[in-house]
Amino acid sequence: MKSVIAEDLVKTYRNGAVRALDHLSLDVEEGTVLSVLGPNGAGKTTCVRILATLLRPDSGRAMVGGIDVIKHPEKVREVIGLSGQYAAVDEILTGWDNLVMFGQLYHLGKKQAIARADELLERFSLTESAKRPIKTYSGGMRRRLDLAASLIVKPKVLFLDEPTTGLDPRGRQEMWSVIEELVKGGVTLLLTTQYLEEADQLADEIAVIDHGKVIARGTSDALKKQVGGERLEIVVEAHNVTKTMEVVANISGNKATLDEGLRMISAPVSTGATALIDTLRSLDSEGIHPLDVGLKRPSLDDVFLSLTGHAAEEKTAEEEVSTGRRKKAKK
Amino acid sequence: MSAFKDTMVITQRQLRLLTRVPEVLIFSTIQPVMFVLLFRYVFGGSIDTGQPGGYVQLLMPGIFVQTVAFTLAGTASGLAEDLKKGLIDRFRSLPISQSALVIGRTLGDSLLNIVVLAVMGIAGYIVGWRPSSGLINVAIGFIFLLLFGYALSWVGIYVGLSASDARVVQNVSFIITFPLTFLSNAFAPTTGMPRALQYFAEWNPVSTMVAACRELFGLENQFGATAGSFPSENPLLTSFIYMLIIMAIFIPLSVNKYKRAAD
Repeated sequence: MKSVIAEDLVKTYRNGAVRALDHLSLDVEEGTVLSVLGPNGAGKTTCVRILATLLRPDSGRAMVGGIDVIKHPEKVREVIGLSGQYAAVDEILTGWDNLVMFGQLYHLGKKQAIARADELLERFSLTESAKRPIKTYSGGMRRRLDLAASLIVKPKVLFLDEPTTGLDPRGRQEMWSVIEELVKGGVTLLLTTQYLEEADQLADEIAVIDHGKVIARGTSDALKKQVGGERLEIVVEAHNVTKTMEVVANISGNKATLDEGLRMISAPVSTGATALIDTLRSLDSEGIHPLDVGLKRPSLDDVFLSLTGHAAEEKTAEEEVSTGRRKKAKK
Repeated sequence: MSAFKDTMVITQRQLRLLTRVPEVLIFSTIQPVMFVLLFRYVFGGSIDTGQPGGYVQLLMPGIFVQTVAFTLAGTASGLAEDLKKGLIDRFRSLPISQSALVIGRTLGDSLLNIVVLAVMGIAGYIVGWRPSSGLINVAIGFIFLLLFGYALSWVGIYVGLSASDARVVQNVSFIITFPLTFLSNAFAPTTGMPRALQYFAEWNPVSTMVAACRELFGLENQFGATAGSFPSENPLLTSFIYMLIIMAIFIPLSVNKYKRAAD
């Protein structure tokens, strides 16, 4: 049985000038995890907001837990849990205050709401900080509390919108193990992410979206296969970069990418070691001697690149400056 | 019934916020008390009221009304903050009555007003405010003030939900409340204003509220250009009608806006 069905969802903003969803369709089998993977602005959040009854689509149909999202939003709200991009909890109140308040809003009695709050705080290792205001929490703790708030009444379907965006690696690890626990418990989960690693780690199935459409769908392995097996990586000296990129692109038949910081050129190849040898021969005849060379099993990054022609973790210019991340050049 | 309970949970949240950040309560009281002292001692000496008890008798109703009018800003910025933080999304994804959040907030803000008005009343008493109309009339006056604040907090809800940025909310609220409170009879007689402004000032809901409170506290209010007009003859009734109009417009508008927040 499908727990989530979205059919042909269209949502535009600013009187049609911005098309956030462009006939998006997807579904999630009961008890499984679907990861909706896409860069910033692909329409992930809009999709979740529609399924979670926060937004009405311009057209299309959506069912969650067998209930029509547009016709009976109030019934859908009884079976879903939502945890958004921002930790949507009251920062001034304590963790305990928040969970008790949300418990009461889920119509648990006061006693039950308290019992449930204590239970969830325990489960998410927040008991010690239960009586501290949320604003004193670390990013990871906030997200865990936010997740706890969406689990108060054991939802049938859980939506997590970029649950680890902005967390440090440790916070992300913690969040992942919490989510993995939940999944073992059998919840149906729709998770959006811009981290390929995250989709790989948590999801049974991945729907890649770009410009408001699902552009590919399948298990992580199937998607990787689609890109064509392994990936060739070569590091050369700066003056050889251009020539090497040509050679690599030629042999792989795919676009070659350059990591400027590492001077590493890479491209998916379908013939494995043969491609490696061919490349080395061609480079040798050009008089280019690689500093480092290797074959890597493909990552989801490659999937995204081959599907869309741009990297998935593409940052806006502003973010790039502030995080100082290495830029992945495209060619 | 569950809608009522949901509303109470939200109201409780508002109150709990006050206990967690007592500064909010302290500063919401300090500001009006400061106004009382400033106006009483800075302007009070140079304004001749021609009424017994001096300027402070006329001033206090004015400051009471101004203070409850500023509820608008508090409600608006609190809500905008919740919206920005994504808290509103969470509330809207819950199986609760969709109007509980906004109603709960307006009630919570009114409860805050009770405390603020009480402190101001005491401060006023200390600097010489002596209402002469008896306990019942004074009590009615305060209830009237609370109602006015409640009505305006619905405007605040609308402003809070409409603004794109929480910082804008402060400014918008200020632009609404500041001219209303100063283009009125709250601090100075309207008779000194240009004639066109006198009309505006005397029909201004803040003025009718101030006039109503003065009446309830046992003073006479002076009207200039519009002496003999409906608001000058019936300030209480006019104010009451204004409140009903404000709520009749802004309650449905705000609830509707909330339901489609960020749509």
